[in-house]
Amino acid sequence: MVTPTVGVLALQGAFAAHAAILESLGANTVEVRTSEQLADVDALVVPGGESTTMSMLLERSAMLEPLRQRMADGLPTFGTCAGMILLATEISDGRPDQHALGAVDISVTRNGYGRQIDSFESDLDVVGLDAPFHAVFIRAPLVGRSGPAVEVLASVDGDPVLCRQGNVLVSAFHPELSDDDRIHRQWIESLDL
Amino acid sequence: MTAMSDNSGRTTGTPLVKRGLAEMLKGGVIMDVVNPEQAKIAEDAGATAVMALERVPSDIRRDGGVSRMSDPEMIQGIQATVSIPVMAKARIGHFAEAQILQALGVDYIDESEVLTPADEAHHIDKWAFTVPFVCGATNLGEALRRISEGACMIRSKGEAGTGNVVEAVRHLRSIMGDIRKIGQADNAELFDWAKQLQAPLPLVQEIAETGELPVPMFCAGGIATPADASLVMQLGAQAVFVGSGIFKSDEPAKMATAIVEAATHFQDPEILVKVSTGLGDAMKGLEIATLETKLAERGW
Repeated sequence: MVTPTVGVLALQGAFAAHAAILESLGANTVEVRTSEQLADVDALVVPGGESTTMSMLLERSAMLEPLRQRMADGLPTFGTCAGMILLATEISDGRPDQHALGAVDISVTRNGYGRQIDSFESDLDVVGLDAPFHAVFIRAPLVGRSGPAVEVLASVDGDPVLCRQGNVLVSAFHPELSDDDRIHRQWIESLDL
Repeated sequence: MTAMSDNSGRTTGTPLVKRGLAEMLKGGVIMDVVNPEQAKIAEDAGATAVMALERVPSDIRRDGGVSRMSDPEMIQGIQATVSIPVMAKARIGHFAEAQILQALGVDYIDESEVLTPADEAHHIDKWAFTVPFVCGATNLGEALRRISEGACMIRSKGEAGTGNVVEAVRHLRSIMGDIRKIGQADNAELFDWAKQLQAPLPLVQEIAETGELPVPMFCAGGIATPADASLVMQLGAQAVFVGSGIFKSDEPAKMATAIVEAATHFQDPEILVKVSTGLGDAMKGLEIATLETKLAERGW
């Protein structure tokens, strides 16, 4: 297998933490800030950060349509927190001009778990992992509705926090902050390149 | 009451959770705002967070007097207007102001030299809070002392309210330069570094190992243009705070948008040309030598 080139959307947010884990797993990573850089990646991570900022920067950097196109063509993608919001079908408590790329059929409420003082750590049972994953939730989005095509891989109090649809994976938490590379590893190994 | 667990197995207020929000703010711009209208302009421009304060630093300089935590009503008005994180400032050492800000649910507290210090020896014990803190630093020793008190993000201080980036550059170069030197030091020299910096040895050893601060490192104080943002980020800042530089410029909405784009594309001069064009006048700015009060000298 050829080593995949994994892009990490680097418009804003925790892109460096993702890149460090992916590199340690043997992937070539590139920071993606332009549509030219996007064109050259085999898979993409959309990191945590401020989803409204990222949505605006995607538009101003003329990356929104190229990204929609690549996702429609089946680009394997992993979105965490703000990335989950950007990849969802429906966003509540967002800005009216905020873009939802609709790659995973879920509705999310921004900051649905509350403000920063409510941000938390919690152990999760994750489908496919044999021991709990210690997850970090930062002003996390709350998943409301999830459609029939969505596979829920982990939940907190009955609410989905890790979901997959086709080759798009999204998490409400931050596996890049946990010092545990199992979710990234599972994603990298699932890339059919 | 720092880290707390509830029945559902959730733990809040941990160092990881507190530093985590700073991770999410990297590559972005945090903007000073004094009312909900400005907060809206900041959010519309793509700010990752707003800093609610009573007066921007350039007005604090002009008007003088004691500068304190903002009116809770103003902070609540801003919280009701925007959905991005809302930060607010407490005076150095004024843990009661910090307790009030935590009760208001602000997302980050800035224990800030821009306000009049309340304690001439002690900073706030930041471990005692669930809400995370950011503190300013002019050098590495100061940064490590703040981290040892529980700060989860450091910002180089610069000289707030001047629109003059020279002090921000001085502080960043000092901090980043010492981090690079510590990376080259042997074990015996690390003891001396800890002594010289008046900082805890374990933090110095951690820097020697990782080559970076244990918490995110942002830049504040004097950033007035997209080029300023690019400069400090190329010098190693991971995000920028912009205070007076936006709302004291000719066209705040345009300047705010341009600085947001500059923080993303800080290494791409062609994009910086585009975002720097047609912004009107930046804030007028002050020569450091003419200042009566150097805010950066507050903090111990």
